[in-house]
Formats: sequence, structure tokens, C-alpha cells
Amino acid sequence: MNWPLEAFLSFLAAGAFGVIFNTPRRTLISCGLVGMTGWLIYRSYELLLGDPVQATFAGAFGVALVAHLLAKKFRMPMIIFSVAGIIPLVPGSKAYNAMRNIVENNYLEAIKFASEALMISGAVAMGLVFAEVLMQAVFKQQAKRIQRKIGMTPD
Amino acid sequence: MVQTGETRRELALDCFLLAGKILMENGAETYRVEDTMIRMAVSQKMTNSHCFVTPTGIMFSPSDELPTRFVRINARQTDLERVALVNAVSRKLVAQELTLQQAYEELEGIDQTNYKFNMWLQILAAATASGCFLILLGGSWNDLPFAFVFGGTGFIIVETILERTRVKFFAEFIGSLAIGILAILAVYSGFGIDRDTIIIGSIMPLVPGLLITNAVRDLMAGHFVSGLSKGAEAFLTAFAIGGGIALVLSF
Repeated sequence: MNWPLEAFLSFLAAGAFGVIFNTPRRTLISCGLVGMTGWLIYRSYELLLGDPVQATFAGAFGVALVAHLLAKKFRMPMIIFSVAGIIPLVPGSKAYNAMRNIVENNYLEAIKFASEALMISGAVAMGLVFAEVLMQAVFKQQAKRIQRKIGMTPD
Repeated sequence: MVQTGETRRELALDCFLLAGKILMENGAETYRVEDTMIRMAVSQKMTNSHCFVTPTGIMFSPSDELPTRFVRINARQTDLERVALVNAVSRKLVAQELTLQQAYEELEGIDQTNYKFNMWLQILAAATASGCFLILLGGSWNDLPFAFVFGGTGFIIVETILERTRVKFFAEFIGSLAIGILAILAVYSGFGIDRDTIIIGSIMPLVPGLLITNAVRDLMAGHFVSGLSKGAEAFLTAFAIGGGIALVLSF
């Protein structure tokens, strides 16, 4: 595996998705960096331990953590940074293989690929949500203070 | 200008609903829309408000006495710049840096301005993303120009048909059908090497990644109506793409 090449390509791909989703111009480079983080975590985990589902979970977790920190820094919604970073982890090739096998009447193979695709999309979702819960726990005190300031809590 | 209480409340309602509508139309998560509207309402001393947000409509009830209002959301797209701008306006309103009137005018400006990147830049981005994914997913360097060109072509086709017909699933079906035919022709003519990686790379810009993420995010937050309908939209999109490719492969 060629690390610098993959890092560059994932950066470029996530940045390109930033353009397609029309993220604010000054966040485009950050979007690319988030995508690169996610992909590098995913690839290294997969190469070291060989489990694509766990690797996807780790990648999505990393994407969501970095996206949260950037969202705090730029004072923008987190979704701006997470969406482009998630795209490289979406199980496109597994879903494609599942469909190709269905068309070719290899239903057993198709089920195998389809369940893998399902597990991986579940892992993406779990990674995002876990990171969010973690960040909420960390920033709970801060959030409470802000809520009191704008009067969302009674006291 | 001195405003009476009644017109001020009308303006506040218009302002919240417009903010929610822009957010929902441009790809924000449901919980963010509700959160933004409630925060804006609290900043205007409407502490007992409720809102119910779905991908096709927003209901907002400011308090027990005032009438409930409703807006319909017809078209949905992805324009994260608008989401960020509305977010900034709502932050300023909550921090009392903007008056209600100023906030409403800014929101109207956001609603009417076109922030999209130049179409050619978007096509170039789609083509670049396709090329990158081809290499990332283990394709050969020989196939790079094919994925680059087909990814861009697929994106152009989808956008053109979407503009003409407004039927999203038809556009995606035709787009992936064209990508499949082009990829098969490329391999058949002897220039392309691996049909599968070319197709996977080229359909990447059409994959409903944002919808899937949002759908799961909404389901986890307990917004079951929004989560399920966004999930259905994502499923239909995936099905349209898959159908287009499957049709080509079955010959």
C-alpha cells in the first residue's frame, strides 16, 4: 500500500464531494482533511486486523470526532464536515457486487455481499453516533452553561 | 418604527418557519432544524413552543394561545453553504446581535441567492472523485481516464434530466444506465481492463451518502417519521442506481 498516494487521493475525493455538496468555500480543505483521516484510519485498521466492519466503525468514529472539533472551531454545523468524510467509507463495492451476483443468479454470493454491505453501513452509523455521544458527554458542562444563558433550562 | 405585539409575533413566526424551511430544503438533519427553531423562539420569549419537522413539512406552534403555522417543503437538495449561513443567522439572533427584522431580511436573502458552485466545477469535482475512488478501491491506472470521464458524464446526465423532468429516481436510473453501457463499451473495445471497478468508481458521485447518514442520525435521535422517510428516499435512490447498472449487466 502506498500511504502518501492514498492520503492524497482520499483528500482529493473528500474535497471534491465538498464541492458537489456545496460546502462553504473556506471549509473545503478541512473537509478534505476529515475524509483523509477517516480513510487512513479505515485502511490501517483493515490492513492490521483484517476486519472491514470494525475498520469502518473506527474510520467513522474518527471522522465524527474530527468533524465535531472542526464544527466547534468554525462555529458551523457538524454535518458540513462529516458528510464528505463519510463517503469513502460507504460500502459501494460490496453493494455493487451483491447486485451483480443477483443479476447473474448467484443468490448465495449475493446474500453474502449484501449482508456485508449492511453490516458496514451499520458500522458507519454506529461510529457516528458513538462519537456524538462521547462528545456530548465531554462538552456537557459547556452545553449546560450555554443553555442557561439563553434560558432553555428554567433556573 | 414601533411594532405592536401582534405584528411582531407574526414576523417572528415567519422568521422561524423560513429558517426551518431553508434548513430542511438544503439537507440539514431534522434535530438541527427543530433545535434551531426552538432556540430562535426562546430568544424571542416564546418559551412554550413546539415544532414538528418532517422532510415534507414543518409545523410550528408558538404557544397555547397563538395559532399554529405550517409550511410545505417540496424540493430537497444538498447545499450545505445555506445550512451554515442560516445557522450563523440563528446564532446571531440568539446572541441578540440581530433584531428580528434584520434576521428575517437576511434569511430572505439566503433563500433567494444562489450559492452553488459553477456547474462545470461541480462536474469536474464529480469526475475527480470518480477517478480517486477507482484507485482507492484497487482499480488499475489504465482505467483512470475512463472512470474520470464516465463519472463526469453520469453526473451531467443526472443533472440535465433532473432539471428537465424533476423526477429524481428516473434521472439516477438513466445516469447509472449510461455509466454501465459506457463502461462495458470501454472494456469491450479493449482499452479498459476491469469493468467492475470502473462502474463502482463512476457511480460514487450518485451514491446517496448524505441521505443515509441523515436517516440513521434522525432514527437514533428518535425522529422516526423523518428517519424512515429519508431512509425510504435513500433506498429508492440506491435502487434506481442499482437498477440501471443491473439492466446493463443482465445482457
